[in-house]
Amino acid sequence: MSKFTFLKSDRSNIQTVLITGVFLITISILDVFLNSFFKFNLMSFLPDKISLVAPLLFGMIGMQLIRIEYSGNKYLDILNKNINNSKFNAALTLLIIFLIFKAIPPSLSWMILDANISGETKDACTGTGACWTYIKVWFRRFMYGMYPNEQHWRINTAFLLVIGLGTFGLFATEKMKKFLALYYVVIYPILAFLIIYYLISGGYFGLEWIETGAWGGLSLTFIVSFFCLIFCFPLGMILALGRRSNLPAVRYISIGYIEFWRGVPLITVLFMSSVMFPMFLPEDFFMDKLVRVIIAITLFEGAYCAEVIRGGLQSLPRGQYDAAKSLGMGYWKMHIFVILPQALKLVIPGICNTFLALVKDTPLIFVVGLAELAGMLALAKTNPKWLGFAMEGYIFAAIIFWIICYAMSKYSYNLEEKYKTER
Amino acid sequence: MKFRILAYLFFFIGIADLFTKIFYGNIFSDLTEDYYEIANPILVFTPVLFFSIGGIFLKESKVSLTLENFGTSRIKYYSPQFICLTIVVLIFLFFTFNAQINMENRGIDFGFDFLSQEASFDMQFSLMDYDGQDPYWWAYVVALLNTLLVAVLGIIFCTIIGVIVGIARLSPNFLIRNTAAWYVEFFRNIPLLLQIFFWYYAALRALPLPQDASPLFGVTYLTIKGYYMPAFIWNNLNIFTYSVLAAIISIIFIRYYAIKLRDTEGKQLPVFYISIAILIILPALTFLIGGVSLDFEIPVLKQLSATSFIYDGGIAVPPELIALTLALSLYTATFVAECVRAGIQGISKGQKEAAASLGLTPNQVLKLVIMPQALRIIIPPTTNQYLNLTKNSSLAAAIAYPDLVLVFAGTALMQTGRAIEIVSITMLTYLSISLAIAALMNWYNKLIEIKEK
Repeated sequence: MSKFTFLKSDRSNIQTVLITGVFLITISILDVFLNSFFKFNLMSFLPDKISLVAPLLFGMIGMQLIRIEYSGNKYLDILNKNINNSKFNAALTLLIIFLIFKAIPPSLSWMILDANISGETKDACTGTGACWTYIKVWFRRFMYGMYPNEQHWRINTAFLLVIGLGTFGLFATEKMKKFLALYYVVIYPILAFLIIYYLISGGYFGLEWIETGAWGGLSLTFIVSFFCLIFCFPLGMILALGRRSNLPAVRYISIGYIEFWRGVPLITVLFMSSVMFPMFLPEDFFMDKLVRVIIAITLFEGAYCAEVIRGGLQSLPRGQYDAAKSLGMGYWKMHIFVILPQALKLVIPGICNTFLALVKDTPLIFVVGLAELAGMLALAKTNPKWLGFAMEGYIFAAIIFWIICYAMSKYSYNLEEKYKTER
Repeated sequence: MKFRILAYLFFFIGIADLFTKIFYGNIFSDLTEDYYEIANPILVFTPVLFFSIGGIFLKESKVSLTLENFGTSRIKYYSPQFICLTIVVLIFLFFTFNAQINMENRGIDFGFDFLSQEASFDMQFSLMDYDGQDPYWWAYVVALLNTLLVAVLGIIFCTIIGVIVGIARLSPNFLIRNTAAWYVEFFRNIPLLLQIFFWYYAALRALPLPQDASPLFGVTYLTIKGYYMPAFIWNNLNIFTYSVLAAIISIIFIRYYAIKLRDTEGKQLPVFYISIAILIILPALTFLIGGVSLDFEIPVLKQLSATSFIYDGGIAVPPELIALTLALSLYTATFVAECVRAGIQGISKGQKEAAASLGLTPNQVLKLVIMPQALRIIIPPTTNQYLNLTKNSSLAAAIAYPDLVLVFAGTALMQTGRAIEIVSITMLTYLSISLAIAALMNWYNKLIEIKEK
């Protein structure tokens, strides 16, 4: 074995191994880089199959050489600890780096370098890359559906008003804080409904009436998920209390309800809303499709909400109940003033996650014929003037949904951290 | 005891009453119109009445146990329940009442006799033999099998990907850890429906036409019309099956023996390697001496018309199935990965150190100490994810994969117009799958929970 001591790295020959190792790694990465960016094969003098694995081989030897424990060099130690602590990890590190280098040029050229965004028709897209003109032309449709173009200010104003009213809690004075719960549970939903009804649906105050069939795009996603959230929260609260009730009839009804809705997929619930609801209602009673869908999703998400809130109720210590009872409080007093305020604060992150799931589920309303963002994409995809741009459309929608959902999940994570420290 | 029997009797009568009201209308509706008009509002309440009487009897039978917890009056105990029951029953009856009128107006009667009628529609893809002459119930079975096929494939793939990514998220390697984290963040935050659309309409449409496809692994072809694989043709398959069975049985015996040996003499047998060896050698022997042989039916390109080609023979996996399996497993794998990570992180470091200090090798530490504890944390949420995957497989309807929702709640509903029956059958199917898995999981949880003295 003594013959191979020059391959064994330690602090005595650190200069030599470091230079050799870094040189080998640089060569291997340079080879892949040149190969993928400039189509130039550095190792073309080698036979085909060997030149394919050569970068990995060189890289591995280099990595092996620079793997020195306690080398004395701060940066080398950090490197070794994080990406180069065993043969297996070194190989994976190299593979990931190679993969990134391989993946960047084609995706970059497709998305940016060869892509088109100018022009107004399909003819403008001449390059081999993506056709962002398609997105540009259809942008308003993707956002507002078939809602008439000159009326879009109504949707924007309504959303601004609803969001503005929602931030009311931030500015409330100490005196007003008492009424915040009442405001958010009762007044705010009613106000929001009225705003959306009068402004977006119209028909009053000289505004043109626009039927819900024309609503669509991302704004419909927001409308559906907003209403479902504010309605499913009280429903979930009642069901959660019912499930923890001591009265057997109430408890079994709640359990039956929750387990039923949690056991069926949302798509069958939507089918139910579109074909079964009309059968169950009086014959001359007409209910809008959008309203039916919102009711169906609310009933469905209410069950999930109930389970989240029940988790919060269960995590409260028994002492809280006993203390409230010993003060002579009845069931409702105890829950409204002692139990629910504490429990609801605990479940805010969970509710956030339920809401996230709700937003991700809304594209499903496409199956009952409401053209939400996914539905608009399906419409645009089959438009004879714009055939063949499915990829761009789905990537665009994916990016939008990803931004919304990622921001929400980060926010819920922050809330979770915040409330974790408090208790 | 007498009270309890009476209580159950009344419950039973109440349920029977409710069901007769739902399915057959009021039992007294044969009476003359006038009586019917007057009696109807009262008769609506009979189920509530039966339930309540039953409840009171049940309560009286163990009255001393609970009543004192409920303060002073019995009214406080009974009245909320009575109101709740009344509301629920009223809603049910309101719906059934309307449904009866609506169905009468449209000339449909309620019943499940349509299940034996001829379905007369075709399915793109099925595991069992099916054609248009088969009855609706057979279409239901075939569609359910398709749903289960997607679910099982998705569960297998999402477990493999999820476990790898979950472990990668705990890797000491900075690059691997972050790649895994970005994978999870990326796929988790995009709606599943969009992912299915993306794979089906965008990614798989970029594949070559059958005539331009170059072979993958020599004999399989990935084309825009699906994935074509060779089919196996076995000779003497049953001998091969018996040999596999025999191998499994002998492995069980060897494990049993190894445990006994370990307990009595303290020796460790390399059970894992022995099992693998048996599992390979025994079936391999049947090829040599049992007369078992294996042929492949390789897909061959066939011309249907001037521009239309297809591969004939072998197994054809339709693109809908590929897109659905890909999307479902990539999406659910992110959740499985989080479960796996949480499970492994949930084991305290002390466990590992204690096991190592007892002289166990790293492999033994993982197998005997870490995994049994981590699995206890991992399995319940993972089962939940499997359940979600099964429910999400109903999105197949959006890309026309013939699953339960598309075939039954879509095509069959369109043809027969039996909205109530068909939607309830579909929902009950999914519900029973969910409840069955939930029950199984509860049983398993009881089995593995830490038994304290």
